[in-house]
Amino acid sequence: MAYQDDIELMAHLMRRAGFGAGRDELEARAAKGYEATVEELLHPETQPAADPYTLLRYQPASLLPGGQPPMGNVNWLYYLVNTQRPLEEKMALFWHHVFATGNSKVDNYDQLLEQINLFRENGMGNYRALLSKVARNPTMIFWLDNQQNHGTAVNENWGRELLELFSLGAGNYTEKDVRECSRAFTGWTFETKIPRAPYGRFPWKFEYRPEDHDDGEKEFLGHKGRFNGEDILDIVVQQPACGKFICRHLYNFFVADEPQVPAWPIESPRDQKAIDTLVGAFRDSKFEMKQVLRVLFNSDFFKNARFQHMKSPAEVVVGTLRFVRGYELPKPGYGELSMNTAYMGQDLLNPPSVEGWHTGKEWINSGSLMARINFMAEKVGDTSSPGVRDIITRLKAKGSLSPNQLVDGCLDLLGPVQVGADTKQQLLSQANEWGQVSWDNGSSEVADEHVGQMLQLIVATREYQFA
Amino acid sequence: MANTDPCVVVLQLTGGNDYVNTVIPYTNPLYRDNRPAVGIADNNIIHLDQTYGIPDYMAPTKAFWDEGKLAICHGVGWKESPRSHFRAMDIWHTCEPIKVGTEGWLGRVAREFDPKKENVVQVVSMGPSLPRALVCPGVPVACVAGPLERYGFLPQVQGNERTAVLDRFAKMYSPAIGSGPVMDYLSETAIDSLKGEDIIKVAPQKYTSTVEYPNSPIARKLKGIAQAHCADIGSRIFYCDHSTFDTHAGQNPGHSLLWKAVSEGVEAFWADLRAQNHADNVVMLLFSEFGRRVHDNGSGTDHGAGGVAFVIGEKVKGGHYGEMPSMEASKLVQGDLDPNMDFRSVYSTILDKWLGLNPAPIVNGTFEKPAFLN
Repeated sequence: MAYQDDIELMAHLMRRAGFGAGRDELEARAAKGYEATVEELLHPETQPAADPYTLLRYQPASLLPGGQPPMGNVNWLYYLVNTQRPLEEKMALFWHHVFATGNSKVDNYDQLLEQINLFRENGMGNYRALLSKVARNPTMIFWLDNQQNHGTAVNENWGRELLELFSLGAGNYTEKDVRECSRAFTGWTFETKIPRAPYGRFPWKFEYRPEDHDDGEKEFLGHKGRFNGEDILDIVVQQPACGKFICRHLYNFFVADEPQVPAWPIESPRDQKAIDTLVGAFRDSKFEMKQVLRVLFNSDFFKNARFQHMKSPAEVVVGTLRFVRGYELPKPGYGELSMNTAYMGQDLLNPPSVEGWHTGKEWINSGSLMARINFMAEKVGDTSSPGVRDIITRLKAKGSLSPNQLVDGCLDLLGPVQVGADTKQQLLSQANEWGQVSWDNGSSEVADEHVGQMLQLIVATREYQFA
Repeated sequence: MANTDPCVVVLQLTGGNDYVNTVIPYTNPLYRDNRPAVGIADNNIIHLDQTYGIPDYMAPTKAFWDEGKLAICHGVGWKESPRSHFRAMDIWHTCEPIKVGTEGWLGRVAREFDPKKENVVQVVSMGPSLPRALVCPGVPVACVAGPLERYGFLPQVQGNERTAVLDRFAKMYSPAIGSGPVMDYLSETAIDSLKGEDIIKVAPQKYTSTVEYPNSPIARKLKGIAQAHCADIGSRIFYCDHSTFDTHAGQNPGHSLLWKAVSEGVEAFWADLRAQNHADNVVMLLFSEFGRRVHDNGSGTDHGAGGVAFVIGEKVKGGHYGEMPSMEASKLVQGDLDPNMDFRSVYSTILDKWLGLNPAPIVNGTFEKPAFLN
């Protein structure tokens, strides 16, 4: 029985720190141990990177996709589906939620993908260092207009969102702080864009223009000085609000659903002790994300938070594709495939605004629920896919299955998934209609089909919408 | 037989629409003083009257004004309005400026209209997410992200089997007692959507139109709304949005594209409703979460306070309601127009005069009612 517990815990870890895993992988990881797996996830450099050349061979247009979807989405989907460094990719997704930057304005997937790569490479590093890189990221500068933030004419967009959405949260600064913060980032811009025609796009590069920087004295969050951007970041990370804000984001993304960000100044966290623990790790490690994540994944509050998190569309799509397998090669059709998260309400690389997406329960509405169930049901209903074949092979090994065994077997191998008694009853009455499922005597096609149909029913359940 | 119940269409201008470049006080010298970079040139302003004009890229809007069917609500917002998009939008949606509201104002309207939830397509939202304005426990909302025809569960299952599979699906989503609010919400959403899909899906079949909509996201959404409305399926609250009006930089080209899309979409929408004899029972509200800073920042405008709302409809009494807050430096609040019309006033008129509901419990208080509807 201990063995099944290990599998369930490992499945939980892989759903959250990655995009789920099939039974073979779960068994291998469980054998290796929980903490060892956490360490492996925290050290992506120990695993090979996904091969960019395969992507280029199949989808050359996704290298520099310009402003048109879906080639930008194809690029990221390829890495999400193929990565052997799931936490690295998950953290890129996490930071994309926080530093939400979108093609609707940037009109340049080349630059957006470069930003995602920044998150990939620095997402588990030091938060203070990451802020510094984000502040210099031309995509972010353009998204929040900092190239228009001049010593003589302050533009508050970046300065405000840095405080409201990227570090402290609303209510932890004044309008004056926004102004002073923005002044400190004057002159932080990028090289003048060269007209595209006739050579195509040129990559954007950060540039600091001292002559455009307001070098005067500033008063920011109780500090006074001739601050430049880096000084502001130093002050920001020292604010108690900063750790609380980032850790609450981590909790919402990895542990259990919180209210939406605008409600945070008003509503307390659902588990204050958990946030305090994370904040402690954040502070003591001097903002090392890896250490915060280590504490998070090894904590009891994480281990006990099973199915407390509504899967995001990215988790639904990537999790399903990695589970059924067969989508590793970015073949024709990948463009349409990559748009499925958007149909469910999460257009990757194009969030609705700088606030990012509303998560948890707010992923669900009539249209998005249809989109996610329809997508998952179509994929797991394909009994020729390798992931479903694996399930069939394991079930087949048991000989013939009673309705009960079919339901339990499918629930187990698809997760393990926990469902309520009522749901279980419905799955059982369906299985009862089919009777004993057997692969003997030429009935294997029917048996396969019934497994596929049972998997379809399970992914359509309420319970399966949670991770 | 056309449905004659009063309906509301909300078009949300997400991102903070620049009030003073939308309804331009072109005779006010302070306008020029404050807008050295993003002011609209005199020859690009269409005059509404002796005081105000609209930029030429909003040209289609002028016809509604001339017909007396466009009400301009000036200075909308509320005291202490936050400069955060997200908090501000939340407050517009829930009418709760202090705590975090859980019920949207239109969600409450829907509950008033149909407390027993007899019509699952009463509220139709065009887009992949559910605006908080429509959220209310027990109120179904049909969120249509693409063409209406594609709305529905498990399209791959067809024929006789479909009934059985959808029946099983419905049973799996039957609310179980004590399974928690999110589970209940999932149940409700699925069951209501199942009931609604056959109605929504066939709406386009009942719709023929000679009106050509422009090719823009907002026009597609408005067309979806026209299809649902003209199909007489009992939908009364429609929601859509266009973004992003957050014009911190490059405002002039940006704002003009945004409003061109919105104005042309709205023009086509009303032409369509009129051609189909379905215009009389519709009122359309356009709003944004806040206006923008009075003085420009060199290429755009930063977050502000007081803004503008438009109400359009056959039964609307066109004209100005309220007045633009003073642009005198001493009257500004942190550089922004000081709102002089509470946004809940605009809602209150619509609720009271159009929908026949008592506004107070919906907007959480009693507010003046500008008389743009009789």
